[in-house]
Amino acid sequence: MMEAAIVIFSAVFVNNILLARYLGNCPFCGVSKSLSSAWGMGIAVIFVITIATATTWIIHHFILDPLHLSYLQTIVFILVIATLVQLVEFFLQKNAVALYQSLGIYLPLITTNCAVLGVAILAIKNNYGFIMSVFFAAASAFGFLLALLCMAGIRQRLETVILPRPFRGTAITLIIAGIMALAFYGFSGMDATLSSLVHH
Amino acid sequence: MKTAFIDFTRGLWEQIPPFRLVLGLCPTLAVTSSVTGGVGMGIATTFVLVCSNVLISLLRPVIHPKVRIAVYIVIIATFVVFVEMAMQAWAYPVYQLLGIFIPLIVVNCIIFGRAEAFASKNNVLRSFADGLGMGLGFTLSLAVIGLFRELLGSGAIAGKAVFGPSFLPCTLMAKAPGAFITIGCFLAIMNGIDLRKRGIK
Repeated sequence: MMEAAIVIFSAVFVNNILLARYLGNCPFCGVSKSLSSAWGMGIAVIFVITIATATTWIIHHFILDPLHLSYLQTIVFILVIATLVQLVEFFLQKNAVALYQSLGIYLPLITTNCAVLGVAILAIKNNYGFIMSVFFAAASAFGFLLALLCMAGIRQRLETVILPRPFRGTAITLIIAGIMALAFYGFSGMDATLSSLVHH
Repeated sequence: MKTAFIDFTRGLWEQIPPFRLVLGLCPTLAVTSSVTGGVGMGIATTFVLVCSNVLISLLRPVIHPKVRIAVYIVIIATFVVFVEMAMQAWAYPVYQLLGIFIPLIVVNCIIFGRAEAFASKNNVLRSFADGLGMGLGFTLSLAVIGLFRELLGSGAIAGKAVFGPSFLPCTLMAKAPGAFITIGCFLAIMNGIDLRKRGIK
């Protein structure tokens, strides 16, 4: 139980997927212009990352590993994720029209969001069990939502400020991300401290 | 031949990724804490970009437009697996340095973007030139960012200390905050040059 809590804390704050692991920066710069689109993208990412990590975990441990095909991991995982995103899209279109209308435009973008493939590979690399992988994936995606919302809030305020021309757009977004990363850097090492406290 | 040369040079300055063509930020942020990482990533990406551009251009007549995205993903992923295995065999230290960012070349938007925007519409020679130009431009950008961050972050160039023992490195430059701020500033400088050229202050 404690172990799961540490994995979750670590994934959200210490190793925040956007600000410490550098994954998923394209949507971070692209859809952080308004809070409403940040919510949409964030929820869609939580949904897809959790399902994708659960599926790829099963495929890795029950198909690729027993058949010694681990070297095909990359190609299999990306295909699974692309198919899964399509399936989720069809499913939402049929059964949850309201949700589809709010998330619909973000779903196709998620296939090339490196956070999805990144978390799936990290869950395998870290040797997590199935339950732990799901916790890790959901927490990482929640960290993504958190950072995305912070950035969207800041950028909305920034609209009223007159910036020097060269800094407008992605440049200032990256610099703000750097300052946010500095804040999150304060958490570094906390997961190791916590787990050593638990074990003693 | 001449058009191919123009396609080649376009990636080196006019549309140099990731500055003019703002794609592929994740690997740029992640691997540029040292020159070695930046150059290694650049070369791996160039290989995948050139091969996928050539193959997609060759297969243009047989790929049905409706399934093209899936076909592109399979082609790109295949070459990424090649690179992954080659680096494991012949460049293991770089492989360890780059970590999960080697399999993540699959989702690098530059490769996908060039396949969709260029290779699917042009002949093999031009696609090859475009892939090579874009890849080398990307390598160059990563090398420059890596040089800057490694120099300030650990006082070294490609692992060799240059400032002597009294130098106190600004460790933050080699970590995440330094990555974001450096690339943000580089981007602003490139925008500034561009604006000045067009006469806007």
